[in-house]
Amino acid sequence: MKKFQSLTEIQSALANRQLSMVDLVQYYLSNIETTKHLNAYVEIYEAAALDHAKQLDAKYKDNPETVGRLFGMVISIKDVLCYKGHQVTAASKILEGFTSLFTATAIQRLLDEDAIIIGRVNCDQFAMGSTNENSVYGPVLNPIDNTKVPGGSSGGSAVSVKSDTCLASIGTDTGGSVRQPAAFCDLVGIKPTYGRVSRYGLLAYASSFDQIGVLSHTVRDAALILEVMAGEDEMDSTSSQKPVESYSTSLQFERKAKIAYFDTALEHEGIHPEIKSTLSTLIQQLEGNEHEVQKVSFEYLDYIIPAYYVLTTAEASSNLSRYDGVRFGYRNKAAKTLEEVYRYSRTEGFSPEVKRRIMLGTFVLSSGYYDAYYTKAQKARQLIQQKTLEILQDFDYILMPISPTPPWNLGENADDPVAMYLSDIFTVQANMVGIPAVSLPLGYHSNGLPIGVQFMANRFEEASLFAFSEYIFNNYCS
Amino acid sequence: MEIDKDLILKLEKLARLQLSETERTQLTGDLNNILKMVSKLEELDTDNIKPLIYVSDEINRLRADEVKNQVSKVEALKNAPDKDENYFKVPNMMKK
Repeated sequence: MKKFQSLTEIQSALANRQLSMVDLVQYYLSNIETTKHLNAYVEIYEAAALDHAKQLDAKYKDNPETVGRLFGMVISIKDVLCYKGHQVTAASKILEGFTSLFTATAIQRLLDEDAIIIGRVNCDQFAMGSTNENSVYGPVLNPIDNTKVPGGSSGGSAVSVKSDTCLASIGTDTGGSVRQPAAFCDLVGIKPTYGRVSRYGLLAYASSFDQIGVLSHTVRDAALILEVMAGEDEMDSTSSQKPVESYSTSLQFERKAKIAYFDTALEHEGIHPEIKSTLSTLIQQLEGNEHEVQKVSFEYLDYIIPAYYVLTTAEASSNLSRYDGVRFGYRNKAAKTLEEVYRYSRTEGFSPEVKRRIMLGTFVLSSGYYDAYYTKAQKARQLIQQKTLEILQDFDYILMPISPTPPWNLGENADDPVAMYLSDIFTVQANMVGIPAVSLPLGYHSNGLPIGVQFMANRFEEASLFAFSEYIFNNYCS
Repeated sequence: MEIDKDLILKLEKLARLQLSETERTQLTGDLNNILKMVSKLEELDTDNIKPLIYVSDEINRLRADEVKNQVSKVEALKNAPDKDENYFKVPNMMKK
């Protein structure tokens, strides 16, 4: 079977009766089998997906008008999203064997439009990580070069799409966890505005940062999936009441854009020269086509990561307190008191990285240190948000790198959490501010690994961001 | 700010964790390195800046206070590591 890159191609093959959903699911299942060594899948819903495909084929045969907008879309979901009757573990031991009692709103909306869920994919434990090495299921390998990391935390998501085992994947993004693996695996990734997609049924890491996002081959597929998932939900009081625009049908971009970039980003000391030169070339090309691209000063870039790690670990230490070994999840059998149940179960159930973040979060929230760390970081966040939104009053988009370096070797940063944290420097800003951001596959390093480019837009400007992304994708991405 | 072993022990208790000596030594180093990175924030003048608490400028809309979305007893107990027909079970908390 030929490799499908977009839902449009699949839907036209289905309409011409050259393809059935059962064929398609079988094709993906066989690809999952042949790419097993990449370790992208935690669980494959083989029988259920085939069954669902059969039902959809019958429904379509009966009356093609009755199928949903995502008919033909086979997706994988990150192991932090609840799907009723299926396990979800956040790639941890503490949730081993846990079965969801309900379905996340975002996932339910995909099912309602006739998407098929083919399996649950690997990620960094509780979405904490940039490499997908922090998983109880072991590391995920980059399909482009198996010695490299696929990015994280939605590494399994990126690999499942890149290795042609599904058409798109649902990931989550707290500080770059959709965009960075998308860039490391040569895909499109979108993190929407905070509040655009309901977080109901998403295992929380840092609630004021987390958003559900999409990884796909094309901008249109990401736009369509997002417009299906987005919108108000009474189960998440932070979900926005703003109506959702039809992103996928408004992808035409014919005007001249006003784009800002930060000197502090492109001239950052840590940035790889090939990434810098690829982005500089893009800037020249955009200028050549009469878009206005302007260097803007942004003095807070180096404060983003410090503030981010104070705030997210604080929120994580609080969110993860629910994992206590009492009502669900792993429990240490030797514990003789309730206190021991908590302490032993949590110690054995969480990975070292998760424990590191819980300890840091506990520290910054503890009496005596709260103001110096937590409040200080909230104030820094205020400054970063104000300044960023101010820039977005004058500009349509902000251009940024995704990662300062190409995908690195597996195991390379394992012993140095600070170095690992600093690699998120360009992606965290969108989550700090709550604005939408995309990652687009721009070009390649001399070693063949992909280079992504990021664009951020103002809050709830997804429609404009998608249209501009489609334009960039078609005209500048190689 | 320097994190020492006493503080690690205190945080461990607050976080309901029980670390080994090796983990404690490792974490002391890690947390001190992270705090060194975080100390960068001290350079920022944040006098008269309000802490950002809500990312979105929308007002939370609460749903009506009606009884719904209840998980049945059977469902609620389904994932419990130790239970009987009606309750989650934990080790005895009372002194004999």
